[in-house]
Amino acid sequence: MKNRSLISITDYSKDEYLKILDLAEEFEKKPTQNILGDYVVATLFFEPSTRTRLSFESAASRLGAKVIGFSDATSSSVSKGESLKDTILTVCSYSDIIVMRHPREGSARFASEVASVPVINAGDGGNQHPTQCLLDLYSIRKTQGKLDGLNVAFVGDLKYGRTVHSNVMALCNFNTTFHLVSPTELKLPSYVKMHIKNSNLEYYQYTDLAEVMPVADIVYMTRIQRERFSDPIEYEKVKNAYILTASMLAGCKPNMRVLHPLPRVNEITEDVDNTSQAYYFQQALNGVYVRQALLASILGVK
Amino acid sequence: MNNDNIRKELVVSAIENGTVIDHLPAGSVFRVVKMLNLESTDKQITVGINLDSHKYGKKGIIKVANKFFESEDVNKISLIAPSATLIVIKDYKVVEKRNVEIPDEIRKFVKCVNPNCVTNHQNIATRFSVIDKKDLKLQCHYCEKITGKNTIDIL
Repeated sequence: MKNRSLISITDYSKDEYLKILDLAEEFEKKPTQNILGDYVVATLFFEPSTRTRLSFESAASRLGAKVIGFSDATSSSVSKGESLKDTILTVCSYSDIIVMRHPREGSARFASEVASVPVINAGDGGNQHPTQCLLDLYSIRKTQGKLDGLNVAFVGDLKYGRTVHSNVMALCNFNTTFHLVSPTELKLPSYVKMHIKNSNLEYYQYTDLAEVMPVADIVYMTRIQRERFSDPIEYEKVKNAYILTASMLAGCKPNMRVLHPLPRVNEITEDVDNTSQAYYFQQALNGVYVRQALLASILGVK
Repeated sequence: MNNDNIRKELVVSAIENGTVIDHLPAGSVFRVVKMLNLESTDKQITVGINLDSHKYGKKGIIKVANKFFESEDVNKISLIAPSATLIVIKDYKVVEKRNVEIPDEIRKFVKCVNPNCVTNHQNIATRFSVIDKKDLKLQCHYCEKITGKNTIDIL
């Protein structure tokens, strides 16, 4: 993976996912290692995302790298009208790797084509967020002891949620059975379902969250946003139907874990936090190890 | 008088060497001219619109003298003129006649349907893979969204 950009989850193969996950496990055991002391990591956040930026900066700092960058386009030359190309070309001469987040879809792919250093996509609009996907795979493997042959339920906004799309694509490599729970208006798009079919895997669609609780090994919750509904009455009807509460966990498998990309609003009630099923805060922490693994392997140190 | 008429007709209808793009939908001719960048060429070009056609009723035709297109170049017109026929003329004879084909990749002249795609905000040439030739579906190389038959907008 040395010098290879990571823009879309499909840029890497199954073996490469597994290599990253194994490496992340090493970093979980020993998070602080001074192996990137000679490197400068640029974090270019053209739109704010505190969680993702801090996770990357923490990953880089724990490996001894220097971090430069900006956390908001208004504090950069972008606000003076500089083109994305010029910003990237300039930053290339200051850094060894670029981590970027940008509100426009496709911006990271474009940046990787003009940049002389590798680029990691930390989210390009509603398109891709591959490091989130890898940390989800890591969390699934860690909680289940394996990735193969699991029953994974995705709940909430399956139509617009980019995390769901990339996770489904990635999990198609692991013989997953998919349980898709959403309001009718927010079903998984057909091109993603096509991908499941083409991988010869099964998916089941539900509108009732309770139905999947007894079968799921992983329940992946996402937020339903009001602005996704053309009809506000429809939103009012479904907004409370996809909220996970502690009492709903009664009949679930003992190994079942609840994941969420965070931030959550109300889709998981706080009484779930203290159950053994809650895993979303550890999931966020796993992001640091996975990003350490990506930085180290793309820079060719591991 | 008669002779003059014949000569005039010949100037319009025959070329010694070059390319004829025939069977264009009558309404697509100017877009095809633009697509093939013929506005800025110094070659002799003849354009016919609303000509009678047995097959299509009305058709358009473009003749470009002393110009031979790369297949890649000419195939892109299949997006707006899938019925077009390409005829290569050498020494007044037809040496090649074929239908245009939808290419595997399309660069530059199609606009991405996604308003939030980076190509619609920065100075970036668009690029698509053709993922479905029958139903015409183009996947943007950048934002990965699909531009379909009904949403194709030629730049």
